[in-house]
Amino acid sequence: MRLVWLCSPPQMNEFGQKWIIGGFKGLGQITLLAKDAVASCLTFKFVKRDLLFQIYSIGVKSQSVVLVTGAFTGMVLAAQTYFQFHKVKMDTATLAVVSVSMCSELGPVLTALMVAGRVGASMTEQIDALRTLATHPVDYLVVPRLMAALIALPILTTEAMAMGIVASYVVGVFLLGIDPAYAWWNMLKYSHDVDVQIGIVKAVVYGGIIALVGCYKGLSCSMGAEGVGRATTEAVVYASISILISNFFLTLVLEQIAVIFKL
Amino acid sequence: MIEVRDLKKNFSGHPVLDGVSFQIEAGESVVIIGRSGGGKSVLLKLIIALIQPDSGAVFINGTDIVGLTERQLIQVRSQFGMVFQGAALFDSMTVAENVAFPLQRNGRHTQSETTRLVARTLDVVGLHGTEHKKPAELSGGMRKRVGLARAIIYEPKILLYDEPTTGLDPIVSDSIDNLMIRVRETLKVTSVVVTHDMRSARRVGQRILMLNDGRIHAGGTPDEIFNSTDPVVRQFIDGVADPEDILF
Repeated sequence: MRLVWLCSPPQMNEFGQKWIIGGFKGLGQITLLAKDAVASCLTFKFVKRDLLFQIYSIGVKSQSVVLVTGAFTGMVLAAQTYFQFHKVKMDTATLAVVSVSMCSELGPVLTALMVAGRVGASMTEQIDALRTLATHPVDYLVVPRLMAALIALPILTTEAMAMGIVASYVVGVFLLGIDPAYAWWNMLKYSHDVDVQIGIVKAVVYGGIIALVGCYKGLSCSMGAEGVGRATTEAVVYASISILISNFFLTLVLEQIAVIFKL
Repeated sequence: MIEVRDLKKNFSGHPVLDGVSFQIEAGESVVIIGRSGGGKSVLLKLIIALIQPDSGAVFINGTDIVGLTERQLIQVRSQFGMVFQGAALFDSMTVAENVAFPLQRNGRHTQSETTRLVARTLDVVGLHGTEHKKPAELSGGMRKRVGLARAIIYEPKILLYDEPTTGLDPIVSDSIDNLMIRVRETLKVTSVVVTHDMRSARRVGQRILMLNDGRIHAGGTPDEIFNSTDPVVRQFIDGVADPEDILF
């Protein structure tokens, strides 16, 4: 009954309009937030101590989760690739597939998804308190997080890539019995600098997405524990969706750039 | 010093403020009273430009602050201190870090000066020895005192109090009142206090303004207000509910 009511044209139209308008409004506000944050970055209105604290909070505190994620992703990817390649006698190509996947896709995406929940800031009335204390919320809350995410994500991604490759080597060679010399040779043959470069560029973009979406949700959250809880959940969900969607387009664009510039 | 001129503010089509005008002189202590949900806190937020009005003007030392950008307002707000209803302390920081926050942001004090000023201000509000506690470890009254310490440490010219005694027992409320009077007299600040605590209003205010139906309904000295024969003022002071407001 409720479903029928929801799907009836007038309500659906109204719901659709609200959803679309809300989406564009959110995009516009995030763009304005990004503009303000970039302006603040360029004029050095933030405090360096806040930046260092955020690098610690986002970068250092995410180490263990990123390393574990990288390691087990590399391990399962190695195992699964081996099981399929073994059927066509291509065992020694396993590490090459893992290496390229970890560098250009899985490393940056999984690292970003793991860090997505760490960046936001929900402060409700405390944001008003900040403003009364003559502090611009963008300078104090957004810029240190944005800069820290832009710095920390590429480093964390590089760690996840390395960890994934090392773990896949261990699984492939010591557990599945792949010949180490051929596996290593194939990996070096089919992995290129550009794969790592694409991964690093993606990590920078994801760092920006995570910081801006998290801060936007935190700054616009409604009062009370419910509002803070909802903002936190929405920040993680929206950042994750944005990462996954942008990953597809980034892959297409960056691969094309690599082809055009013969990287 | 503060002039509010024909201020109007609607929320979702419902007029909360409908043409509010008044002036507050430098060093004056004004209490704004009115029913819950009557727009007192909104008025306070409009004075410090935390929200923008639909129309009207707010002059701070002759400058209209309506329509200024957030960055332009930073300079204006440096003259203000505000004590929030829920204290609005930063949860992740200790008491000392909360109180030191404005000094660290303006960057004009050394670490040792900041530590000394924090200790002195906490002494003023009677919270010596709580420097290393987190806000969650404090009682409601203590949190409000920390909020006050944070608001006065940089010696602002104007102090805004949003229901400073709400939710506190009469003894703690009295100590907060004493503190507000002491701060006013020591720092010679202009105070604007929003409250519906009539005892507090009488003690703290040199002038009382009553907000009703989105407008300033009455204004005068505490004695004038408390002796008023106006039925709306009388009803609020005596705390008598309208018959239609009685649900059971």
